[in-house]
Amino acid sequence: MKIRIKFTKTGVVKYVGHLDMMRYFQKLIRRANIDICYSEGFNPHQKMSFAAPLGVGVSGEGEYVDIEVNTTDSSEESVRRLNEASVEGIEIKSYRRLPEGVLNGMASVAAATYRVRYREGYEPDFSLEDKFMEFMNQETIEIEKETKKSTAVVDIKSMIYDVSFQNGVVLKLAAGSAANLKPELVFTAFYQYLGKELPEFALEITRLEVYGNSGTEENPEFIPLEDFGEDIPTQGE
Amino acid sequence: MIKPALSDEILMRIEKPARYIGNEVNMVKKDLKDVDIRFAMCFPDVYEIGMSHLGIQILYDMFNKMEGVYCERVYSPWHDLDNIMREQHIPLFTLETQEPVKKMDFLGITIQYEMCYTNILQILDLSGIPLYSKERTEEDPIVIGGGPCTYNPEPIADFFDIFYIGEGETVYQDLMDAYRRNRENHGTREDFLFLAAQIPGLYVPAFLDVEYNKEDGTIQGFHVNREGVPETVTRQVVMDLSHTFYPEKPLVPFIRATQDRVVLEIQRGCIRGCRFCQAGQVYKPNRERDLEFLKDMAVKMLQNTGHEEISLSSLSSSDYSHLNELLEFLIETYHGKGVNVSLPSLRVDQFSLDVMSKVQDVRKSSLTFAPEAGSQRMRNVINKGLTEEDILHGCEIAFRGGWNKVKLYFMLGLPTETEEDMRGIAELSELVAEKYYEIPKSERNGKVSVTASTSFFIPKPFTPFQWAPMCTGEEFLNRAKIVNDRMKEMLNRKSLKYNWHEADVSVIEGLLARGDRRVSKVVELAYKKGCLFDAWGDSFHSDYWKEAIDEAGISLDFYNTRERSEEEVFPWDFINTGVTKQYLLREWKKSKEETVSPNCKVQCTGCGASCFGGGICFENQN
Repeated sequence: MKIRIKFTKTGVVKYVGHLDMMRYFQKLIRRANIDICYSEGFNPHQKMSFAAPLGVGVSGEGEYVDIEVNTTDSSEESVRRLNEASVEGIEIKSYRRLPEGVLNGMASVAAATYRVRYREGYEPDFSLEDKFMEFMNQETIEIEKETKKSTAVVDIKSMIYDVSFQNGVVLKLAAGSAANLKPELVFTAFYQYLGKELPEFALEITRLEVYGNSGTEENPEFIPLEDFGEDIPTQGE
Repeated sequence: MIKPALSDEILMRIEKPARYIGNEVNMVKKDLKDVDIRFAMCFPDVYEIGMSHLGIQILYDMFNKMEGVYCERVYSPWHDLDNIMREQHIPLFTLETQEPVKKMDFLGITIQYEMCYTNILQILDLSGIPLYSKERTEEDPIVIGGGPCTYNPEPIADFFDIFYIGEGETVYQDLMDAYRRNRENHGTREDFLFLAAQIPGLYVPAFLDVEYNKEDGTIQGFHVNREGVPETVTRQVVMDLSHTFYPEKPLVPFIRATQDRVVLEIQRGCIRGCRFCQAGQVYKPNRERDLEFLKDMAVKMLQNTGHEEISLSSLSSSDYSHLNELLEFLIETYHGKGVNVSLPSLRVDQFSLDVMSKVQDVRKSSLTFAPEAGSQRMRNVINKGLTEEDILHGCEIAFRGGWNKVKLYFMLGLPTETEEDMRGIAELSELVAEKYYEIPKSERNGKVSVTASTSFFIPKPFTPFQWAPMCTGEEFLNRAKIVNDRMKEMLNRKSLKYNWHEADVSVIEGLLARGDRRVSKVVELAYKKGCLFDAWGDSFHSDYWKEAIDEAGISLDFYNTRERSEEEVFPWDFINTGVTKQYLLREWKKSKEETVSPNCKVQCTGCGASCFGGGICFENQN
């Protein structure tokens, strides 16, 4: 049985790297007595896969990990036990069963929303909303992307799905293996457009949600990854 | 959530920022309103090393169970952060509250190895605490040291207000009570130190004067300069290890610590009397924990940490009486549930191999032996009761069981060592390889690999070798060359690998191990020249240490290479570890006669540790 877990990574735990987060979850699952499946062999591994790694220093409010279990308690009970065994900043938001046939987290990621804010002391000396909309209204948004061998000019405009302004800039960007755009790169392009240098450490980034596509490639319908799963009711209810 | 002491800009710039954020699983949080004593517990090395130390976890648990006391942790900031903190004048902080160490009532430092001494000064310096005890004021925390190096605290005595000699579970509550009493009475720092000095096991260097002989610079004697302070300090020992503090909920770091597993200490002390081994001598008598206590702890700790591995810890696990039952319990309970049982250096016999083949992948794991010396003569000198036959027999059954990698640990530069003894290291390695090829080809598992490693022998206080001369760095390397040359002459040389330790570090370690108060100047000078993380090969600056030794006017011959006379007073002689100097001297003489002493189970050698009311000899009497 596959389970999708949604969790946060906020506060100081944003400094815990992805590999250490994986180790954290392996131990958390054991502390919470989740009946997870192990692989065979001398060094059995838990069957666990993370949707999309988060860079060190970036917070997440809607992060995902999929696990495989032999048996399970209800969603409510499992969330309670996981939270009891977890630390401040890593909070389990949902624990849902994935129906047969749903792609695993990593493969189903299609988009993500990010909130980008300026850190204290780095606030811009221009109207962010006006300038950013100007930037967005360009025909194309070209940026040099460095690959291993050379640099290529890429148009990233089609990978920016949505822009809004609440408590900073909220960007909905392409994510996953097919196309992936990082908010830092959008801001690099923005500052190139402004003809300014983006100061190091100016931005504070939070990934708000990760989405899968339940529509088609041409007509995508982005829904949060947790919505692919269903709550497991308490026995007897 | 507590705001980190370091800004985002700094945390993003440094290596492994999770070293400095705290907030780990099982971290203790307390409301400061309910706290009247704040104790910063420090391991003066990098986080991953410090977090792997069982002693700190035990004390952290113990202090935090005390009402009104909040124990927080501090580790050495790595070079990158160290530089930033100096540049930006950021005071060293604790992980729990992220508040400056200077705000604490106590700074406790565990001193596990000599090569961390410069890091102790780093901790004090970054905290804004004067390096010298005598320069501290009422504003500064009380700086207290504990751990194995306090069996000769003298080279760092000037930097500490108090040393705790012995096992931490015993008198810290008394010290906390004394601190409160002194505060209620509006006593000064010195008043408190006077109270502390009267608690058994606590040593206040300021109350002890040392006098030296004018002619040869050795110690003439010790004089207590304050009435009411005892002349000797007696090591504190926990006799009942099954009814004492043990951390049921150890901290689980985010980043991988060196010990990323549950550590279960099955016993303390050792029944064997290896003459080079300080731990074996100063942790006497041997005390086992009850089997039921250990089973209970294992289950609770694995549940509370979620660790995938449990490791048994002790100086000689094979000597624990209920080892078979304990291992069978662990394997039965956890095998197939994703929990590995990792085995410490066990004696290699059929039982331990059977156990190992259940818990480890035989093809990947290697067997470790510590013969410590290459010849039987040399092993008799050091009283290592492992014979060539034991080693070869152990290897043979292991090879038949599918193993093909063997590691052998030796020491070079042991007292009375001859070239023959040195060559014996290569020759024993060769015999192990030959043993492998005696097995029919069809039953072997490819090629054999034998790795011999030598560390250089460093005489330690409170061992029978405390009188012994130590080699110079040059001599160490000469001896390593003799071993290496002989290795190359061996028939199976292609299966043999030889590693030797850094000689310069060993020389400094020797100086710090048997030094006196005059050596503290060297430590300070070395630190000021930039020495830090000396235990890390890349960070060790031999040239700075050499300069510091010259500038302090210290003779390495005096501290390291000369043989001490039987009458000499040692810097650590005011400490009573329970093991008597007469016994150590007897053992030193026996070593020169190449005579072996029996272990405690066979016959009592009268070491003196039965004065604590325990140990095999004591139990047999009663």
